Amino acid sequence: MTSQVSSEAGEALVGEQRSAPARARQGAEKEVRRLDRVIIRFAGDSGDGMQLTGDRFTSETASFGNDLSTLPNFPAEIRAPAGTLPGVSSFQLHFADHDILTPGDAPNVLVAMNPAALKANIADVPRGGEIIVNTDEFAKRAMAKVGYAASPLEDGSLEGYRVHPVPLTTLTIEALKEFGLSRKEAERSKNMFALGLLSWMYHRPTESTEAFLRTKFAKKPQIAEANVAAFRAGWNFGETTEDFAVSYEVAPATRAFPTGTYRNISGNLALSYGLIAASRQADLPLYLGSYPITPASDILHELSRHKNFGVRTFQAEDEIAGIGAALGAAFGGSLAVTTTSGPGVALKSETIGLAVSLELPLLIVDIQRGGPSTGLPTKTEQADLLQAMYGRNGEAPVPVVAPRTPADCFDAALDAARIALTYRTPVFLLSDGYLANGSEPWRIPETADLPDLRTAFATGPNHALADGTEVFWPYKRDPETLARPWAVPGTPGLEHRIGGIEKQDGTGNISYDPANHDFMVRTRQAKVDGIAVPDLEVDDPDGARVLVLGWGSTYGPVTAAVRRVRREGGSVAQAHLRHLNPFPKNLGEVLGRYERVVVPEMNLGQLATLIRARFLVDAQSYTQVNGMPFKAEQLATVLKEALDA
Amino acid sequence: MPEPLLNLVPRAEAVQTMKDFKSDQEVRWCPGCGDYAVLAAVQGFLPELGLAKENIVFVSGIGCSSRFPYYMNTYGMHSIHGRAPAIATGLATSRRDLSVWVVTGDGDALSIGGNHLIHALRRNVNLKILLFNNRIYGLTKGQYSPTSETGKITKSTPMGSLDAPFNPVSLAIGAEASFVARTVDSDRKHLTEVLRQAAEHNGTALVEIYQNCNIFNDGAFEALKDKDRAKEAVIRLEHGQPIRFGAEGEKGVVRDPATGDLEVVTVTPENEGRVLVHDAHAASPTTAFALSRLADPDTLHHTPIGVLRSVDRPVYDTLMSEQLDRAVDQQGKGDLGRLLAGNDTWTVVG
Repeated sequence: MTSQVSSEAGEALVGEQRSAPARARQGAEKEVRRLDRVIIRFAGDSGDGMQLTGDRFTSETASFGNDLSTLPNFPAEIRAPAGTLPGVSSFQLHFADHDILTPGDAPNVLVAMNPAALKANIADVPRGGEIIVNTDEFAKRAMAKVGYAASPLEDGSLEGYRVHPVPLTTLTIEALKEFGLSRKEAERSKNMFALGLLSWMYHRPTESTEAFLRTKFAKKPQIAEANVAAFRAGWNFGETTEDFAVSYEVAPATRAFPTGTYRNISGNLALSYGLIAASRQADLPLYLGSYPITPASDILHELSRHKNFGVRTFQAEDEIAGIGAALGAAFGGSLAVTTTSGPGVALKSETIGLAVSLELPLLIVDIQRGGPSTGLPTKTEQADLLQAMYGRNGEAPVPVVAPRTPADCFDAALDAARIALTYRTPVFLLSDGYLANGSEPWRIPETADLPDLRTAFATGPNHALADGTEVFWPYKRDPETLARPWAVPGTPGLEHRIGGIEKQDGTGNISYDPANHDFMVRTRQAKVDGIAVPDLEVDDPDGARVLVLGWGSTYGPVTAAVRRVRREGGSVAQAHLRHLNPFPKNLGEVLGRYERVVVPEMNLGQLATLIRARFLVDAQSYTQVNGMPFKAEQLATVLKEALDA
Repeated sequence: MPEPLLNLVPRAEAVQTMKDFKSDQEVRWCPGCGDYAVLAAVQGFLPELGLAKENIVFVSGIGCSSRFPYYMNTYGMHSIHGRAPAIATGLATSRRDLSVWVVTGDGDALSIGGNHLIHALRRNVNLKILLFNNRIYGLTKGQYSPTSETGKITKSTPMGSLDAPFNPVSLAIGAEASFVARTVDSDRKHLTEVLRQAAEHNGTALVEIYQNCNIFNDGAFEALKDKDRAKEAVIRLEHGQPIRFGAEGEKGVVRDPATGDLEVVTVTPENEGRVLVHDAHAASPTTAFALSRLADPDTLHHTPIGVLRSVDRPVYDTLMSEQLDRAVDQQGKGDLGRLLAGNDTWTVVG
């Protein structure tokens, strides 16, 4: 495993091996350099197709065998006003010949499709970085719109960068002359021209993109061929023009990956597949009750495509009905799921409380986004942790599971289903916008290796009354798990009534008895506290004094930061929580071993609050709520400061 | 005629009686509450459906009437305020072998749960919704409800309520309901007949049951119950019959040729031919809606009872189930290994 190479200030291309031989594969006189990793950011107007361009480059890169990590970043408006700063949409991709963990702190290459894209992103590009600009869009008015008094391409402000001015629009229109398209139609393919150029620069395989375009525009063959032509023209432009004297190779990350078959996968896709897999492993039909909300809707879309797995998807009239229908399906014996984001969780709270009281299995998937209220719909945050933990009336404990990477959403979904089915309880699955839309290579599991999630429905009486009568008690618990029986309608002899009113222990009949309520509240808590979760693993190769404790999607940047610190000789231990409720049994003991505990979170310190309350540990909270994931360098600095303190 | 969806529900092996549907729980409504009569009518008529009682489920929200499931020896869920139609939708769409009933009240269904009610109706989920309308909030001790008459003096409206009431039947017809009926708690025979038709309906059936709250709104429906006054106040609808009422059947409902609206007239030999014949199966909801508007919200005069509308249209659960079957026909049964692999993979060899 190769460690992550740090971004040295002023160095043009990160980790570049200067001694790389010029392999004349692409034309006799063009130099080819070898890099161990590259970070590219495509940026343009919301209508420029930057997400598609990024997706395609990612696909090419994945099939080439690099390790990769992506960060799509787009506005909440479908088409924000054209040419403005708020309308800029970008896609960052980090790929390498070794194991990497984040989409990268700063791009080595910025593709700026217009002045707004340049202005919005230039601050992130280190001096010496390459910038490819679409000069056609740098008209006076467009520049004035974003506050450029003079052209940044001419006023010397980009002197520290390696700028490639390319008239992308003109070249694209020129390349598509023969297609008889209107100027406007032809212009639309300029993103494919840019993709072709970048594909040439980084020796990406192109077949899959051409096949993709022909499938995507199967009903409009002329448009399909125009896009392919633009893509090829971009590639040829790179090869022939003198401005691009060098192309780069990033070798496949062969050694970074264990043997197996891989694909690229985003968090929401992995989570959807995890739910389908859980349904198969539990041998229960999957039922999704959901209401569209960013950034969770893709799970609804994906599951809706797989009805041939017996998946029922119900787009409800509102968030409450989404979870209500799921809970009804759970009563009927389905593996029930509701998917949402923070504002939706707020609306579902009462029904989650009912699910706690009914003790039925139910998965609540929260793809967290910036809050409060509508907040930042398309940006990431981890600020729903306390809402998931405590956001209900009464004592209503709910287990919480958090995936750490996009691919990990698959395993986390299976784990959440295991807990829900074994303990007959609602379970929170806390993903976030960064995991949902980001992607990485995933080693495709063998279906035979997936966990067995089968659970037994009640089939007969489970209790004998004093007079010997055999009866069914819906709230008689399994002594090990404290789970109650799951008796689904249609089972003869087990007719029973459940509800949100406090129930008598055992019989489940309405009970207002004070002692019984006290017992039931404590029993529901004990059931959740007793859920089996694996011990927390600590990565501490050399007996550190400082522990960094993370949860959820901060895994990538935290781990990258830890590697940096260690490479520089610092000693820091790392642990990452998947289970936030209950915590792993050894968490208190682990925390006690370290002089200092640093907790980085994309909120104002919610895990730190829990840790302090539960373990009386003076955890040091480090927080960021700017809608973006942490940068590894930033966290490395925090850790180094903690080491020096 | 489409296949009756009740045929999907397993039949009882033995003959059932009312007793089979009574749970062991003590009924805890106020003495004299109209809910008792409805409970007895439901328990009394269910045996004749001959369904396996383990395949019957009652789902309720919150309110006095929502305690109903506890008293039924079937499966049941007493859920949260207003959400019963949503929960029942999940159950009915995932389990077509169940007969799913929703018990709700005027506050539960029309105030806090109004959204779920109208969407269940428009989707035509296979649910039977019993809306107990007592025109008051009983469980919270007497505030006005969305069906209370304007100006109602209650604890929360000491100077009189300001809002105009909903007419639940009009609302349901407006929400594309395929079956809408109204009945009265005290008329066991009528109530049972309406329940029977609702049970046999394919899709959502909404039955509004006028129910007396003898504690907080006693006598709210007296105009419809008092033997003499009822003859003038109640319009009994029967499919295929002329719409006539009054002590001697002297009143009739005719269409005003100028406006197309309905009006009540005294029947004469001249206008007798114009008296409307009730057609519950009319494709257009227009006349059913017009009938629902005849009632005076204050006095309840000219209140139609019976089945206002009963039409066949596609049922959501059936359509959902057919899509699943079609997906298997078109794509084959889902293969998890193939799904996970997708189309774009690469292999790393050791």
